[in-house]
Amino acid sequence: MDRARAEPVLADARRALPPLQIVDDLLVPVLAQLGDDWCAGKLALSQIYMAGRICEELVDTLLPAHAPGPTTAPRQAIVVLDDYHLLGKRIVLSMLRASGIPILDYGRMEVPQLVERIIADHLDHLLVSTLMLPSALEVKTLRSALARRGHPVRIAVGGAPFLLDPELWCEVGADAGGRSAADAVTILRGWLEAPAR
Amino acid sequence: MTAMERALAAMAHREPDRVPLFLLTTLHGARELGLGLREYFSSARHVIEGQLRLLARYRGDCVTPSCGAVAEAEAFGAEAIYRDDGPPNAGPPPLRPEDVEWLTPPRVQDCPSLVRGLEVIRGLAERVKGAVPIMGSVISPFSLPIMQLGFERYLQLLHDQPSRFARLMAVNEVFCVEWANAQLAAGATAVGYADPMSSTTIIPRPLYLRTGHLVARETLPRIRGAVAIHLASGRGLALAPDLIATGAAAVGVSALEDLADWKSAVRGRMTVVGNLNGLEMRRWTAEQAEAAVKRAIAGAGRGGGFVLSDNHGEIPWQVPDAVLLAIRDAVDRWGRYPLAWVGETA
Repeated sequence: MDRARAEPVLADARRALPPLQIVDDLLVPVLAQLGDDWCAGKLALSQIYMAGRICEELVDTLLPAHAPGPTTAPRQAIVVLDDYHLLGKRIVLSMLRASGIPILDYGRMEVPQLVERIIADHLDHLLVSTLMLPSALEVKTLRSALARRGHPVRIAVGGAPFLLDPELWCEVGADAGGRSAADAVTILRGWLEAPAR
Repeated sequence: MTAMERALAAMAHREPDRVPLFLLTTLHGARELGLGLREYFSSARHVIEGQLRLLARYRGDCVTPSCGAVAEAEAFGAEAIYRDDGPPNAGPPPLRPEDVEWLTPPRVQDCPSLVRGLEVIRGLAERVKGAVPIMGSVISPFSLPIMQLGFERYLQLLHDQPSRFARLMAVNEVFCVEWANAQLAAGATAVGYADPMSSTTIIPRPLYLRTGHLVARETLPRIRGAVAIHLASGRGLALAPDLIATGAAAVGVSALEDLADWKSAVRGRMTVVGNLNGLEMRRWTAEQAEAAVKRAIAGAGRGGGFVLSDNHGEIPWQVPDAVLLAIRDAVDRWGRYPLAWVGETA
């Protein structure tokens, strides 16, 4: 987690590769490795947090704000459902931005407000972060509410309850469960490459 | 043996008559009384009655007076948010990093939730009369800022603002020690020291040694009773020698780690507590409950120094009565010492 050592590596890469290829060939594999190490207990959450922030800042230098980007709003968002523990979402956001994936940040929401927002934004994909079990179980309520409104958004979930109970993501009716922030990148990339509708 | 004798023998690293079972059902008493959780926690009388009914139903080896970890955040100005299907949670973090400059330790007597917690302990002590351990609890000074500041702001303060971090720890240590000692004075047998921030799931060991470890070594000696460190589902095996050095008598083990590994690492120095998976427990069959109990006892039961419990320090509201009874039955069946059925390698 050393910004000073990361910057020259990135500078070397910039001399040889275009920015998007650096993201794909350098940063995304690094983030995936961090995710594997987190799952194996080799890295701590604070290290993942710092690494994500560093990668996010490096990508900002590669893909500055004025660079041409998507002309329409992203149709994917991330949210903390129900509880006030926001760090997991922050880490996933850093990972996604470092991977060049645009995403809306919904902050913290409860189910009724979230359903309206999803429909208003015409979302295709939603990432849900939770820390507490009751919040995780709220995904089931969210899924039902969206079904009643006829809006089949794909939902990926992550956070401590899903880590401790590997079957929980199926139980709550999610389409995928991530064990690390890097998994969010893999899941979302897959979905963006193979849209459901 | 009484539950107290059983627990004390295990904590002294001797084999009691059977493995002690600490079923930390802080919420299920509301179900026993037919109350919602907000109403249940609003009165010490409810919690006392709930704990006694649970003790009779599941024949566990402790009672838990906890009214929710949020009480300690409330002492610093957080809002408690009650819900029908889980413990009360803390609302938005009440402090900003700059608030640390003027922060002073709140007094236990000024916080109604903490005063109610002490009433619960006194009431339980009167009823169990020393025959059943009463497990008090505190959040460690090092972990409380997750609720005081929010996790991200706390990580930034921890890394970038050493003087504010030191000041916050000084305030939290005073508060933690007062709250722990008040519980012991009210009749708690021991105190659980919930310290998820120190787990290697959250921070790397070198950072722990510079921070949470020093805080624990400052705090624990000032608590006038036995302390069990609980990393609240976080990993901690790599910290085993460091946790021993804090003087804690016991350690709560995550479901992500192996009880046998922990027993080897702390044998004769700390009692191992754990590590039934409270989340998976929600859908266990009786057979799965029995298998999990057997696995845990086989991993850490021999020679004492082991208390069977969940991995987090709180059984989720969603865990049904039938599972808790199945756990109880399995302990009766497989937890009798000398555990002749456990292989020599266990």
